[in-house]
Amino acid sequence: MLKNYLKIALAVLRRRKFFTFISLFGISFTLTILLVLTAFIDKVVGDNYPDKKRDRSLYVSRLSQEGKNTMSSSPPSFYFLTHYAGSLKTPVKIAISSGFNGTNTYVNNKKIAVNYKYTNAEYWDVLEYDFLEGKAFNKQQVDNGDKVAVISQDMKKEYFGDVPFVAGQYIEADNVKYRVIGVVKNVPITSYMLYSDIYLPYTVAKDGGYKTNKGYQGGYYGILLANSASDLDKMHNEYEQMVQRLPAEQKQFTKVNSHADTYIKSYVDTGNERQSGTFIVITAISIFAFILMILPTLNLVNINITRIMERSSEIGVRKAFGASSRTLVYQFIVENIILTLLGGLIGIILSIIVLKVINSANLIANLELSINFTVLFIGLLVCLVFGLLSGVYPAWRMSKLNVVTALKAQ
Amino acid sequence: MIRLQNIEKVYRTDTVETLALNKVSLEIAKGEFLSVMGPSGCGKSTLLNIIGLLDEPSKGEIRIDDQKTANLSDKQLAQFRNKKLGFIFQSYHLISDLQVLDNVELPLLYRSATARERKQLATEALAKVGLSNRVKHFPSQLSGGQKQRVAIARAIVGRPEIILADEPTGNLDSAMGNEIMDILIQLNRDEGTTIIMVTHDENMAHKTHRLVRLFDGSQVQ
Repeated sequence: MLKNYLKIALAVLRRRKFFTFISLFGISFTLTILLVLTAFIDKVVGDNYPDKKRDRSLYVSRLSQEGKNTMSSSPPSFYFLTHYAGSLKTPVKIAISSGFNGTNTYVNNKKIAVNYKYTNAEYWDVLEYDFLEGKAFNKQQVDNGDKVAVISQDMKKEYFGDVPFVAGQYIEADNVKYRVIGVVKNVPITSYMLYSDIYLPYTVAKDGGYKTNKGYQGGYYGILLANSASDLDKMHNEYEQMVQRLPAEQKQFTKVNSHADTYIKSYVDTGNERQSGTFIVITAISIFAFILMILPTLNLVNINITRIMERSSEIGVRKAFGASSRTLVYQFIVENIILTLLGGLIGIILSIIVLKVINSANLIANLELSINFTVLFIGLLVCLVFGLLSGVYPAWRMSKLNVVTALKAQ
Repeated sequence: MIRLQNIEKVYRTDTVETLALNKVSLEIAKGEFLSVMGPSGCGKSTLLNIIGLLDEPSKGEIRIDDQKTANLSDKQLAQFRNKKLGFIFQSYHLISDLQVLDNVELPLLYRSATARERKQLATEALAKVGLSNRVKHFPSQLSGGQKQRVAIARAIVGRPEIILADEPTGNLDSAMGNEIMDILIQLNRDEGTTIIMVTHDENMAHKTHRLVRLFDGSQVQ
């Protein structure tokens, strides 16, 4: 039976080449977009380099203060993270780092755009960067305000060229020379709390904000590390209680909000208490995926109705010789699934090409996208959903066709 | 074997009501070869479709093998047609995307038969109509007479007791028409298959056991 369906499905595909092209193009193009999108999301959310201890870490990326008619939201200050978050009992370590800042530097009269960020010494304990050479700066060096730097693999190549080792050499950023003490594997810019080209001790920050700013809000992120994953709830609650006790800094504010959340929650934190970032992101992605899928599906439904109605004589014959409506619906759905799987296969090949192009063009700093099994699985699932969605309605309409009418149509 | 009682068929549109069959009663015995004649639009094909359970009468009762066919579900009707009935159409209605052998196998797809059984039965049916050398051809590679022979092979492959043929020689020249007629007569004689054939051709009709004439939906002979 299936072999027979396969034969006829392929024959129909060959017969109407233009329709087949449109159908396959619709499916494969949509699938490519979905696959690239999921590869992107998968990389951003799923990749745990260098924060390999995600299962026992909570991230603090925002702090907001709200009043009746006003609200202020930003990352917390260095002071807040050391003084308040630092007073908590559950975290065993706190990684603190500034957001990355951009500057230009020059090598052999060539301008290089550089992003740098400041971190504390514990940052290197909490996070597990892969060191290609050298090591991180320690507490002593931070306390001393040593002008030392850890740089990324790409930065090394761009600044120093293809040399085996650079530890001990000097790199200039923002008109200051730093001694390179370590080189780490790249972190994609999408991990915005962890990405940088150059990592510097916070004590060398020119603005001295870590010293002078005693407010809650600033430009630093914190990662609280618990002893074990089972302590996460406790740490979360302790943080929440600490924040609740904080008095507002100014009269116009009545409340301080900040959360120590898991990676994904903090990644999409909007700083707005009434609208969860996670909810917004999931809704946005779902709506996008839905629209993306519904358009080619409707197109396919339309094409399928035309295609199936063209075959009404065949439907009449099959019914006359004993096919029930259900059998016919099954046959047309199988045919449709074959078509969509074929489109899926083309889509997967297209996606591999598109991802290769994105990676080689280096459109997003350090982001290496790849098709993995999760993405492939999602892709195939999407294909099947497509096949079902676009096959069921036309097949059902067709199965209701009166045999005599169907046989009269030629 | 087939019993029609006061069969009426009315086609209704918003403005017009057309009486296609008017109180037709008919009994067809097992093994009979019956031809139905009449001018175009007299209801011949409608009658055949109703006997073949492809269409429902507006009034009246049909019994096939003493079984009432009204109130059968879609699935039951499909099974009934598959087991008891075989169809031959004027315009052959072969599936152009399938080879001759696959076309002939079609009725067997809807009953429990293995691929090997299907192939064997289809090959036998094609041998009966003299087309053993055309199994791998597509319908477009065959002449009209050959197509109709494939259609006969498809109709008989499931060994139905009744064959309903709607102008089977209508699209063929007289030589090919006679060939097809000979196959049907042989089928009726040797296998005892009941055949009901709609035709416009008096010569063909006179080769059958009995002739029924319709005029304006009513039986006149």
